[in-house]
Amino acid sequence: MSYEGVPGLVETREAFGETTLVVDPARVADACLHLRDELGFNVLVDITATDYLGWGDAGVSGYYATSGGRDINDPMTQGYARLPDARPKRFSLNYHLLRLADDHARVRVQLWLDDGEAVESVVPVWATADWHEREAWDMMGIPFAGHPNLRRLLMDDDWEGHPLRKDYPVGGEPVRFSEAE
Amino acid sequence: MATVERGSAIYEGSRIPSPTPTVLVPDPALEDVLTVNFGPNHPSMHGVLRLVVDLHGEQVVGLNAVIGYLHTGFEKTMEQKTYWKCITYPERIDYVSFQYNELVFVLAVEKLLGLQIPRKATWTRMLFSELARIHSHLVYLGTSALEIGAISIFWYCFRERDLLLDLFEMVAGTRMHTRYFQVGGIAEDIPLGFYEQARAFCRRMPEAVDEYEDLLNRNAIWQQRTRGIGALSAADALALGQTGPNLRASGVDWDIRKREPYLAYDQVDFDVPVYGGGDVYDRYKVRVDEMRESTRIVAQCIDRLEEMHGEPWIADDRKVVLPPREELHTSMESLIHHFKIVTEGFPVPEGEVYVGVESARGESGCYLVSDGGPKPWRVKFRAPSFAALEATAACSRDAYVADLIAIVGSLDAVMGDVDR
Repeated sequence: MSYEGVPGLVETREAFGETTLVVDPARVADACLHLRDELGFNVLVDITATDYLGWGDAGVSGYYATSGGRDINDPMTQGYARLPDARPKRFSLNYHLLRLADDHARVRVQLWLDDGEAVESVVPVWATADWHEREAWDMMGIPFAGHPNLRRLLMDDDWEGHPLRKDYPVGGEPVRFSEAE
Repeated sequence: MATVERGSAIYEGSRIPSPTPTVLVPDPALEDVLTVNFGPNHPSMHGVLRLVVDLHGEQVVGLNAVIGYLHTGFEKTMEQKTYWKCITYPERIDYVSFQYNELVFVLAVEKLLGLQIPRKATWTRMLFSELARIHSHLVYLGTSALEIGAISIFWYCFRERDLLLDLFEMVAGTRMHTRYFQVGGIAEDIPLGFYEQARAFCRRMPEAVDEYEDLLNRNAIWQQRTRGIGALSAADALALGQTGPNLRASGVDWDIRKREPYLAYDQVDFDVPVYGGGDVYDRYKVRVDEMRESTRIVAQCIDRLEEMHGEPWIADDRKVVLPPREELHTSMESLIHHFKIVTEGFPVPEGEVYVGVESARGESGCYLVSDGGPKPWRVKFRAPSFAALEATAACSRDAYVADLIAIVGSLDAVMGDVDR
């Protein structure tokens, strides 16, 4: 299967038996339309945003070790066996597509985005993208241009912040103790 | 009965899904529109779903689903836990078919690790996946029929559900949220007496399904409440990302177990029921038929597992798998491994994977990113209920307010799965 004609294709990766197409974020709607109409990927399975803030650093996702490896002065810690490969930008946005046909196939379309960088909505391509994009906006703060109804989905409408970002504190809801009153 | 010919081409091509709404907006010219809040605390809302419904008389002219009342941040929590401790979380996401999210998470970790699983573990996982499918369909059938007035069916379904929970209790000690699947295999060997009890269940279940069908199939009220209600065409179902029974009720012959076999589904004999009407009744028929098919798979799994008596049920990789309990008293190395896995967890190689399985509700998927450390960098569950609920508006075009209950019930969304 050749993905060479996909508009804005930057790179094709094969890992763990899965195909990842890295696409220029400015051309994602074209790329998705091409994948749907020319290559038959008729089902959008999922959209996932991932925050790579602090990727490879210490202390972000609960690590206490140094990024170079185990901190021998601090017991009960675990460092990295090796530093993970650097990521081009802070956020990745992954569209998992399925060609639901007799010659079925799956592909992951991946975009790299900076904080606040808008990406074109794919709701006109797959209607199901509506809620998936709203969830990505709600949880990670990725704005989708041209989305018909980009409001929060899981959190309250007046919620501040995007909870799945790595800089969003765990237990982030401010709690006022009675002593402070 | 509009079944689809087996072997016929499944839906080809695609289309611009402009008339496939995820929100229904009432015509502004319409007068006398009453806006009603359904839920979030309504007995028919399967947990805490809120539907903001615009009614013109009894006709639904506008619909907007408001979700998130059960959002508990499982994905964020799992980023703080080692893989070993994470396994308890996924099954609480879809709390009606708890084994599936657990399975898909464990499969994703194993894919990153490149771990080989003993065949006994594979077959045991398959056995419990199918029991979970029956369990989930029983809860669907009991509750969704109850909601539209058929009360007795609820007691019939929960009678068999109790037998299933007894089986879960035998292997795991808990009736729900078993945490039975483990990275590398399963947590414990199957106990003595399990196969006999499971066989008794397999003998009982086809009779029980006959009883459910006797109660409902020719029941005039059930027919009128479900036939032609909430129809979803194949094209709309695909545009809305439907999977599982909802898609197969719309005439698309797609089942991951058949098309992209995982575990050992290519070695068991079963059929995939497909109906063409796409209405509430066909969704009911698909699930009832699936209960029969799952019972067949369970029986085949028991046959195979009995031959594997005495074989290992978990991989022998001491860097990932907890050592056997009895070794802790005699082997220092085992004690160290046990201590390291429990306190630090095990590192998982850097990478990103997506694994999808056919759960009771459709494609249950897990996208997992690892940075090489002992905790997942990002876990995302592709929830079939999330997509199913998105189709509520498309199914409710031209529906009456009473049909809305039947439609929401038939889409079989579990709010824990939707909100995560």
